[in-house]
Amino acid sequence: MKVILRNPRREVEVAGGRRVKDVLRELDIIPETVLVIRGDELITADQLVREDETIELRPVMSGGAP
Amino acid sequence: MKCRKCGGAAVLELRRHNAAFCAPDFLEFFKNQVKEAIRKFRMFERDEHVLVAVSGGKDSLALWDVLIEEGYRTTGLYLDLGIFDYSVESKAKCEHFAAAHGVPLLVVSVAEEVGAPVPVIKNVTRRPPCSGCGLSKRYLMNRAALEHGIPVVATGHNLDDEAATLFGSVLHWQTDALPRQSPALPSTHAKLARRVKPLYRLSERETAAYAFLRKIDYIVEECPFAKGATSIAHKEILSRLEDVSPGAKHNFLFGFLEKARPAFERAEAVVLNECVRCGQVTTGTLCAFCKLADQVKRRT
Repeated sequence: MKVILRNPRREVEVAGGRRVKDVLRELDIIPETVLVIRGDELITADQLVREDETIELRPVMSGGAP
Repeated sequence: MKCRKCGGAAVLELRRHNAAFCAPDFLEFFKNQVKEAIRKFRMFERDEHVLVAVSGGKDSLALWDVLIEEGYRTTGLYLDLGIFDYSVESKAKCEHFAAAHGVPLLVVSVAEEVGAPVPVIKNVTRRPPCSGCGLSKRYLMNRAALEHGIPVVATGHNLDDEAATLFGSVLHWQTDALPRQSPALPSTHAKLARRVKPLYRLSERETAAYAFLRKIDYIVEECPFAKGATSIAHKEILSRLEDVSPGAKHNFLFGFLEKARPAFERAEAVVLNECVRCGQVTTGTLCAFCKLADQVKRRT
């Protein structure tokens, strides 16, 4: 499966047929720091992602001057 | 995972609330949190005009969207920081949002007001870029509100922003900063607009989810100067804490607001003067913004 990451935008291939939370663990991403997007919808960490699917892990953290 | 409210398929899990929601019920939850924030801190009345400071990011545009949906009279304020393509793109997002919703947007250029854009200010002051940027933003937001007769400025600060700021202040025991940290700061001078943060009850993941589900076109890329900022490092630490202890950020901030903040309030009020040059409020004679503009003028 394909995973789209941001800042900077890049793509990585990981094994599919797994739950989102397992993919996050493999990529060492804390679930609370991203939205998981499949197509035009959000999905939860318990969802299964097939080998032929693409998900985007969109970071939610922003910062800088208060 | 099932929606806590309707039992349908959930799109977002909120571990700190031990809940998950479908899209419509999450949007409802989000709006209710904003309404509760406005009510609890009496941020503004139904008929008050609100100046919403927008950056083109998820938080401020989500805030503006909720306030419009709730029927408030709003005007947006975009401060053009002059940070390369980041500012060009974020300004376009704000203009697009304002046009699509038929709401007014004010645009103020930091380069015109200070004498140079944020990247030059950073080099001139030799301080972290967020320092001159934050100072300019707070000054220009207040001035815009006064010039347009708007009594209150609303910003998109969320639960993570507030928890990270509190963490930084406590880490260094900045006891003068602690009483100023509040979801609502009243006007303490005729030339100071009220400042409110209606998203303080919502995490940045929740504001991102709201913006996504409402199809708000926001800038996902981060400000190029935010990389390495202390506030980001503090957020990362708190997110790791939140991961092993859901609700930690919420309890840290809300516990402070309810139990600790009153203990840090000053006994005597700070004396506020008007800047001898620009007339805006300062604790000295020449305000920090005018000093910054002088510094920029001398070195450019």
